[in-house]
Order: sequence, then structure tokens, then C-alpha cells
Amino acid sequence: MADEKCSLRKEFTKGLLRENPVLRLVLGTCPTLAVSTSMVNAIGMGVAATIVLVCSNIVISALRKVIPGKVRIPAYIVVIASFVTMVQMLVKAFVPALDSALGVYLPLIVVNCIILGRAEAFANKNPVLASAVDGMGMGVGFTAALFCMALVRELLGNGTLFDGAQNLLKVFGDNVLGGFNGVTIPHFTPITAFILPCGGFFVFGVLMALANKISDKKKLPRAELHGCDHCPLSATCSKVVSEREDKRI
Amino acid sequence: MSDNALIQKIKPTVTASPHIKSHATSQRMMLDVIIALIPALAASVYVFGPRVLLVEGISVASCMLFEYVARKIMGRHNTLGDLSAVVTGLLLAFNLPSGIPLWMVPIGAFVAIVVVKQFFGGIGQNFVNPALMGRIILMVSFAGAMTTWPEVYNWHAPAVDAISSATPLAVLKAGGELPSLTEMLLGLRPGCLGETCAVALLLGGVYLLVRRVISPTIPLAFIGTVAVFMAIAGPQDAMPLGRVDFVLYNLLGGGLLIGAIFMATDYSTCPLTFKGKIIYGIGCGLVASLIRYFGNYNEGVSFGIILMNLLVPHIDNLTKLKPFGYQKPPKEKKAKEAEAK
Repeated sequence: MADEKCSLRKEFTKGLLRENPVLRLVLGTCPTLAVSTSMVNAIGMGVAATIVLVCSNIVISALRKVIPGKVRIPAYIVVIASFVTMVQMLVKAFVPALDSALGVYLPLIVVNCIILGRAEAFANKNPVLASAVDGMGMGVGFTAALFCMALVRELLGNGTLFDGAQNLLKVFGDNVLGGFNGVTIPHFTPITAFILPCGGFFVFGVLMALANKISDKKKLPRAELHGCDHCPLSATCSKVVSEREDKRI
Repeated sequence: MSDNALIQKIKPTVTASPHIKSHATSQRMMLDVIIALIPALAASVYVFGPRVLLVEGISVASCMLFEYVARKIMGRHNTLGDLSAVVTGLLLAFNLPSGIPLWMVPIGAFVAIVVVKQFFGGIGQNFVNPALMGRIILMVSFAGAMTTWPEVYNWHAPAVDAISSATPLAVLKAGGELPSLTEMLLGLRPGCLGETCAVALLLGGVYLLVRRVISPTIPLAFIGTVAVFMAIAGPQDAMPLGRVDFVLYNLLGGGLLIGAIFMATDYSTCPLTFKGKIIYGIGCGLVASLIRYFGNYNEGVSFGIILMNLLVPHIDNLTKLKPFGYQKPPKEKKAKEAEAK
């Protein structure tokens, strides 16, 4: 029992730094760069992706013995897409401002490679509870990375912190936290480049270097994706297929 | 003279080849570039007043400081002595309007020296021209401050507040009053502080050519392409001009000359072969002209150079020189077929 708890904790914490999806595995780069221009958007995106990730991990793990190997990717996509649709409808209903801010990136969670990657690399060969915890850890790691990027980008690029916070807080009712709607840094000329894609890539690179530095100091192993067999595309990838043929010969 | 005395006199060094060494060091080349920039700097002080020296000073000082600190933190040896930071500082300031708020200059210097140069390994490793990248980051970040062009400085009655006005390129696009061609040649027009005086820039270019620091290929291809493009495209409706005048204003206006002579010819970001240099120069000119003629920005030289800088590794790959007597290897498929037979 103690062992199980310990391993569950390990499944959770690995997503935070050691196998942080954004900073160590370099997955989900597109939404990361696009959404991390404001902290509110980053949190919203992170929470939405986490919910989808946990739910899809649970369902895929529960169905892992039923889904035939050959059609697993379409099956995963169907599961993920249904959760994304639910989340999108909920967001539209309760936080419409966030929906319009995230735009196309909310439905695009369907093809977010963190979620598909976790389904392929973890949920389809691990029990339900472990998969749920893994999804939770990865989701928190994703949200944390997005939050850090957005903190730097919004502060330097827009001169604000938590700008438009009421959009998110509307879930809990009107005028939560005394109508707190973000802080504007006084007498600060924003460096607009940080809001633009180039600033996004710059902050992304610096954060990745920082994450590597910290994990090197902690003597954590370098993150790896365990070769081509774990790649979601390995079934159709020409390189993998030809390698397999070579082996057969 | 006995043999011993002769050996004493010429002091032969016993080493492996190469035995003939050129005295061209990066320090000497950078010094040449600095010397070549001095006429333009002097002209700039005359055109835009003493504030130019302040902007230049801050730019050079912050570039040198960032270079020193970045190398120190990264545990690499100090490279201030090769003067490349000074050149970057001078060129960065040349690309800024003289009225720019002074605290913005170190931000550009940081991008140029730390992000573009030291992150990628220091001198010779930068993937684009550092000074231009600094300028572009400042331009997209502080569009207002970077496009407020002070009037030509009046030395007899200095204006208290700098009055902003339109650059010749903006006038070409939007209409208005153009400076005369003589004024354009002498640099008596609004613009970035180092780009205006064509005569001084050409003087610096000739010096670099004579010292063989740069080859004329890239500047000529670059400027030639802009001239041909503008001659074909013809003047825009906003400013009815003769075709020749239009081309001349385009060559003398904006940062074309400083870009073609001092920026596009940066060693680490331009192709090695003659053919590659021609392709590179034409590419720079084409992008610059397209942005000038069709784009939202009035000036596209910096974007043209940066874009072609990024393509240089590919240009180098495609224009590799063939060794004498080289024959193409047979294609893989044919080779396999031959093997099968």
C-alpha cells in the first residue's frame, strides 16, 4: 500500500519538472506560444487542458484492453474530442470572454500532443488511478509552464499582471475579490516584442534552459521519449515502418 | 655575413605550415570598420546635433558592458579587445532616431550582444546581424519612439523640443515636401541618425573597399537590385516624380546605403562564394524593395538583410564550389540498378 502511494506521488511529480510536457518534452508548443500572452488566458487554457487530460486519461486507461491496437489513434481522438466539446461548451456558457480570448486554441485541444502523447505513452498501459494522477501531474506542469511564460510576457510586453481577471472570476459570480481586474504597472513602457511571437520563442527558450539547469543541478536524468515506439505516429511513420521491415528481413 | 649571423638576423621559426601569415586580425578589421564609420558619425553630429554623441556613447558603452558581463557569466574569455562590440554599438546607434528615449538604447544593445551574439557563441557565430536585430526588436516594441524623426538640427538656434517630421521614404509613399537631391546627398533630412549622409557613407565604403575589408559584390548587387526594381515599378501616385528622380530618392533615402555597405557585408552572416554573394545581395534588395513599395513599413532594408542572413547557410550549401575535374556521382537508383545487373 505504501509502495503504491509512493509511486502515485512519483507519477504526479514527474509532470512538474522532470518530465514537464512543455519545458522538458517540448510537447504542446503551439498553444503554449499562442496563449501565453496573458496570464488569465494561460490559466484558462491550462485548466481546460488539464480537465480534458485527466478525463481522457481515465477513459482511455479504462478502455485500454478493449480498444484494438490498429485503430487506437482514432479511438483516442474520439474520446478526447468528446471531452474537449464538453469543456468548450462549459467555457462558452460560463466564461464566454475566455472563449473568445482563446479562440481556435480551445477546440484545438483535441489535437494537443500532450494529451495524445499521454494517452499513447501512459494511459494505454497503466491502470486507471495511475493514469488519472499522471494526467493531473502533466496538466499541472503544463499550466505552470504556461503561467511562468505568461507572467514574463504579460509583465514586460503589456505592463500588466492578471489583466482581465474578471473574465475568469465570473465563474464564481459577479465582483469576486472586490472586482479585481488585474494590475497595471505605473510608469512602465511595455516592450511590445514580448507579446509578439518572437518574444514568445525567446521566453520559451530561456525557460527551457532554466528548467534544464535546475534539473541538472538536482541530478535528474535528461527527459527522453523512449525511442520511436512511443511516438503516437509510429504506426504510420515511414521511418519506423522501414526499420521494422529491416528487422524482419 | 656568416650563416650563423644570417640565421640570427631572420630568426626562422620552426613550425608546421602555414608559414606565411597575413596581418589581418579581427581586431584590425573592426578597427577599419570603426574608421570607416567616423565620417558618417561626424556628419550625423552635424545634422542632428550633440544628442547623437549621447546616443552613440550609451549604445557603445552598453554593448561593451553586455559583452564583458555575458562572457564573464558564461565563463568564456574576454573578447572586448576584438572591438566587435564597439562596431555593433556604433551601428546600432546609427539605426536609431536621434530623439529616442535613452533608456531604450541598452535594451537594443542587450538584444544585439547577449541574445543574438553571445547566446550563439560570440563573435563569428551570430546568426543574423546583431545591430539590425537590436533595431528591429526596438522597432516592433516601441513603434512610436522609433518612428519619431527629429528635424535637422539648427546650430544657430537650437529648438527646445524636437519637432518630428516625415522621412523622405514616408513622403514618397504619402505625399508631402521632399528635400532636394543635394540635401539628400549631404544628409540634411530626417531619418535614423547614421543613415542620412550618403557622401560620408560612401566615403567609408570606399575606405573599406581599399582596405579590402569588404568586397564590392554584395553592396553592388543589393543597391543595383533596388535601383532596377524601383525603375521598373515607377513612382507611386502620392508623389508624382520623374522615374530617375524616384530611383535616386529611393537609393539615397532610408538606410539602403548603410545597410548595403556596413550591415549586409558582415562576415559571419554573408555567403562565402561569389555566386552566393550575388544571390544574397539580390535577395536583400528584392525584399527591401517589396516592403518599401507594397508594405506597411516605409523602410524594409533591415528586414531584407535579416531575412537573407537567415538564408545564408542554405545559399552556401547550394553554391558550393566544384573542385576542378569533379564529376557528379551516379544517382542512387541507377547505382542500385547497376549493382543488381
